[in-house]
Amino acid sequence: MSGYLRAWLTAEVTTSPRHANVQRFYFGWLRLRANPLALIGLAILLSLVVVAILAPVIVPVGPNDQDLTRRLLPPSAAHWLGTDELGRDLFARVVYGSRITLYMSCLVAVIAAPIGLAVGTTAGYFGGWTDTVLMRINDIFLSFPPLILALGFVAALGSGIENAVIAIALTAWPPIARLARAETLTIRASDYIAAVRVQGASPRRIILKHIVPMCVPSVVVRITLNMAGIILTAAGLGFLGLGAQPPMPEWGAILSTGRQYMLGAWWIAAIPGLAILLTSLAFNLFGDGLRDVLDPRSE
Amino acid sequence: MKAAASQVVSVLVTLLGLLALTFFMGRMLPIDPVIAIIGEQAEPETYDMVKAQLGLDKPIYVQFGVFIRDMMTGEFGNALFTGNSVAHDIKRVFPATIELATVAIIFGVGLGVPFGMLAAVYRGSVLDHVARFIGLLGYSSPTFWLGLMGLILFYASLGWVGGPGRLDVVFLDMVDTRTGLLLVDALLAGEAEVFWNAFSHIILPASILGYASMAYISRMTRSFMLEQLGQEYIVAARVKGMSRWRVVWRHAFRNILVQLITVIALAYAFLLEGAVLTETVFAWPGFGRYLTSGLLAGDMNAVLACVLIIGIIFVGLNLLSDVLYRLLDPRTR
Repeated sequence: MSGYLRAWLTAEVTTSPRHANVQRFYFGWLRLRANPLALIGLAILLSLVVVAILAPVIVPVGPNDQDLTRRLLPPSAAHWLGTDELGRDLFARVVYGSRITLYMSCLVAVIAAPIGLAVGTTAGYFGGWTDTVLMRINDIFLSFPPLILALGFVAALGSGIENAVIAIALTAWPPIARLARAETLTIRASDYIAAVRVQGASPRRIILKHIVPMCVPSVVVRITLNMAGIILTAAGLGFLGLGAQPPMPEWGAILSTGRQYMLGAWWIAAIPGLAILLTSLAFNLFGDGLRDVLDPRSE
Repeated sequence: MKAAASQVVSVLVTLLGLLALTFFMGRMLPIDPVIAIIGEQAEPETYDMVKAQLGLDKPIYVQFGVFIRDMMTGEFGNALFTGNSVAHDIKRVFPATIELATVAIIFGVGLGVPFGMLAAVYRGSVLDHVARFIGLLGYSSPTFWLGLMGLILFYASLGWVGGPGRLDVVFLDMVDTRTGLLLVDALLAGEAEVFWNAFSHIILPASILGYASMAYISRMTRSFMLEQLGQEYIVAARVKGMSRWRVVWRHAFRNILVQLITVIALAYAFLLEGAVLTETVFAWPGFGRYLTSGLLAGDMNAVLACVLIIGIIFVGLNLLSDVLYRLLDPRTR
């Protein structure tokens, strides 16, 4: 890095809002860099994204290519992680499975975060009855363990990836709404909101343009921390046969079929489980580090 | 008094909400329940008759009222996949889950509390980091995978523990069901052999189920302890000449007990969630397995009843931990 850039990044007086933002980001990165566990988490997540994107380049065979002459082979040079009951290469299936896991968890985040933000900021800004009613609904969703609630919704909607995503998203928004509401309550009383209101801005405009942007950072951290749980729930649904359906190479679903061959071919069940563990661990490590960066008091 | 009244109202509203949410789940079905029973080719008169029998011709609020009445009186309907009434089934399977969850929480508390204490007292040491890492693994592991791996290792390879189910086949029905908790029933009947067999079956699923709660309990214990150990009275006691561990046990630990109890109540509630997956892996004939069998059979009566009951237990345990906190902590009086 050139000396000039470093000087600009660490300047004591910032010259523009963009400068200030970049600098805050840079200082955050420095703090994150000091946390080796968070970096490991980040590295695992980044490599997972690369693997998911480059899946066809990494493995020459498809996840559903069968070769019945090569069934249930243990890990070897030809099949790094062995083959399953239909002679499919397990390495290829696990690699392609990362796409499904990332797809599902990102979709859940993309659905749950806006719902949570909308409900939380509305409840916090208006207060009174709106707040009471919305937070009551929120509490009701929170009074079921997430997996149980997701199971109930999947039972009603039917199984499959899309329905599993909807079911998990329905269980993932309440903690975000609660957080957004708490943030809104502190923002609402500040002078700049009063100033915008005096200028005649509508509540809609105040919430969308002035409150939501302030809530976004903490919501992002919360979603990252919750991601580990979301992945475990998605894998659990797949394992129970209620999420992704075979022959999709979803990790939970592979594990579930591997269960029948568990005693002879342990690798079919062991390896997708390790992949789930690694991904969820990475999110936990990274989320912990992110929380320390954004809220140094939490330690 | 006013606080207690508002708590009661709040619990009632939450219960009503739980009922509304489960009712709503039951109505979300993409298929018409009437057609599901009589088929597409049925006459319109038959359709109307069945619809009236199911009570679906009435306005939605009347249906909701009937639903509340049924749920409150335990009329959950019949489970098609067992042929029994859901209430009967649940009474039968519930003790198995209670037994599993109780052994699991003993495991979670027995290891989690000492781990958390040690991690706090030796903060920043290797021990602290190891405890934190074990905890993180507990949060991140899919319980169903841990269960399968445990079965492969400890049952199939090493033969240290019993396999799936609650008992070996030869011991089935050897003791009378009194409490439904096999360990207790075996002791009451004085059958040591049955007790040890049941114990060898429960130890693996219970410790795997308890692992996640151990992680949670040890993390909370650590942070509560750190808060206490940073207080001035601790320094004062040390300066007075009290030994380190005496200060920890006599002063700090006593002060975190109340918080710890509420954490344990919550951990117990979350065990119910883990039980769904653990019981499926270990063929444990409990509540969680009943729920998943109902799900796979598409039996909404059973599923809704189970979801509702878990919700109620969850709310109940939350309430219990609140009440305990108020009763035990003199500062809240």
